Amino acid sequence: MAASQRLAILGAGDVGRSVADLASEYGHEVVAIADSTTATVDPDGIDVADALDRKLGGEEIGDADPTAVFETDYDVLVEATPTTLGDADPGFTHAKRALETDHHVVLANKGPVAERYGELRELEADSAGSVRFEATVGGAIPVLSTIEDSTSQAVTAVRGVLNGTANFILTRMAAEGLDYEHVLAEAQDLGVAEADPTFDVDGTDAALKFVILANVLADGGFSLEDATVEGIQNVPGSALDLAAEDGRTIRLIGEATRDGVRVGPRLVPENGALAVTGTRNIVQIKTRNAGSLHSSGRGAGGPETATAVLSDVGRLPPL
Amino acid sequence: MGNEPIGGSDSDRDAAADSAVEATAETAVETNADTETDTDTDTDTETEAETETDGGVRPYTVRLELVDEPGELLRALSPISDNGGNLLSIHHERGNITPRGHIPVEVDLECPPDRFDDIVEGLRDAGVNVIQAGAERYGEEISIVFVGHLVENDLSETLSRIEAEAEAAVIDLSLAAPDGTDATSSARLRLAVDSGRTDAALESIRSIGADKDLTIVEPLLGGEA
Ligand SMILES: NC(=O)c1ccc[n+]([C@@H]2O[C@H](COP(=O)([O-])OP(=O)(O)OC[C@H]3O[C@@H](n4cnc5c(N)ncnc54)[C@H](OP(=O)(O)O)[C@@H]3O)[C@@H](O)[C@H]2O)c1
Repeated sequence: MAASQRLAILGAGDVGRSVADLASEYGHEVVAIADSTTATVDPDGIDVADALDRKLGGEEIGDADPTAVFETDYDVLVEATPTTLGDADPGFTHAKRALETDHHVVLANKGPVAERYGELRELEADSAGSVRFEATVGGAIPVLSTIEDSTSQAVTAVRGVLNGTANFILTRMAAEGLDYEHVLAEAQDLGVAEADPTFDVDGTDAALKFVILANVLADGGFSLEDATVEGIQNVPGSALDLAAEDGRTIRLIGEATRDGVRVGPRLVPENGALAVTGTRNIVQIKTRNAGSLHSSGRGAGGPETATAVLSDVGRLPPL
Repeated sequence: MGNEPIGGSDSDRDAAADSAVEATAETAVETNADTETDTDTDTDTETEAETETDGGVRPYTVRLELVDEPGELLRALSPISDNGGNLLSIHHERGNITPRGHIPVEVDLECPPDRFDDIVEGLRDAGVNVIQAGAERYGEEISIVFVGHLVENDLSETLSRIEAEAEAAVIDLSLAAPDGTDATSSARLRLAVDSGRTDAALESIRSIGADKDLTIVEPLLGGEA
């Protein structure tokens, strides 16, 4: 059984709340949780159920300032604030602060590892703490730990489907012969697509994940602006029909190698492994000596992402 | 995908695809184990073909099925020299009869690239069953979907540019214009491309697409998808 860790959670959205909720099941204790305005902190462990009730009931999550999280005794900072591009803040600054004070950091937030990977690794090198970020790529699917277990030098490329919203839209368009706008509206009604689905359909979200993968393979050097990205907004129903006549379909496929990152709509065999349906995600990890590995599963969702966060926590050494 | 032989019947698939395909074991965590085609080996094929190129003449392989009758081989092969080709070798697999009772023959020849199609046509006109033409010349078949104002943007010019700039042969084209030809429409092209030249061909096609403001849905190549 992994060492019990004291968790400080930044962000009380779907992911932060699920991590708090499931932490005890994995043998860990929550000593702080914050949203954008307040925090609740208790070095002996907060009452998670109470805190989540307050948050879901529209009350303040606690009476402390969010920065009080950093002043309590904790082992692991769980960073689950919104992903931002460019400077990747506030996530990057949060991670920096935790590392500089010799704490571990587990990220759900993609920004710091997609946009400022090298800087983050330098901070880690000077810290007693480590950084892990399984949750940033593929939700519940163990992608980064699989690469780590195969040793990243032996992995030549990773490709696949890492955006459930875009995949859902393409699947529905192909199955129902409906056009993009129509299916997008349906996806929003079902809660599969957000009110502003831009980053899902224009390929940005998938690109961030493949940039993270390229950084892992090449030990840094990539950010979003290095990726060639195309979305699915211009794919009409007729293109899917033509693909189907040929035993193929169209998926938003990302590819990461040590040489670069590319995301765009691609033709894949209709019954091939990468043509997952609905919101499912899949990755294909190409290895030098052992062929390809495929893993698929749920790429998003609070509890799904929280399991990835907590398995990272379980891999951290005691400080 | 991407390494399918051209026009080959199923029984010929293995032999036809061998030039650029290396099978490796595939471990699958979730899906079934499968075989993987490794396109890395294509690069080798390309260099080979290029070093053999001499004075505008290139090597080709043609697979034929012949009726087992005296004189048939000679008759079958005359269209090659008639059309400016030079016969290099013949593999006459006598003991090996196809399900249709024919004898498979593999012919290596060389000719200027622009004569090759005439040779294949000549063979077919002579009643020879050509199973696969040009393992070297057209080693890979790829499908691509184009989206945009295809007709307004002069589809036939797009196709000629693909043939010229991407050095690809358009095998067939399907057009879908559900909202009329002046609205956004889609076209699926099947292209034959030299072994090992697929990446370069796709790159040219991308730039043609950018010029003509078309969205291009490329195939995902390299490995089992
Ligand atoms: N949801 C998924 O399936 C999934 C999967 C993989 C990765 N991720 C990543 O995980 C992160 C969290 O996702 P989510 O779905 O939980 O997002 P979310 O529902 O938008 O929640 C974000 C939370 O962060 C809080 N926050 C914002 N700024 C903050 C600050 N400066 N200090 C402390 N808290 C702050 C917000 O506070 P308020 O509540 O006050 O607004 C909110 O509680 C994102 O980076 C996302 O990209 C999510």
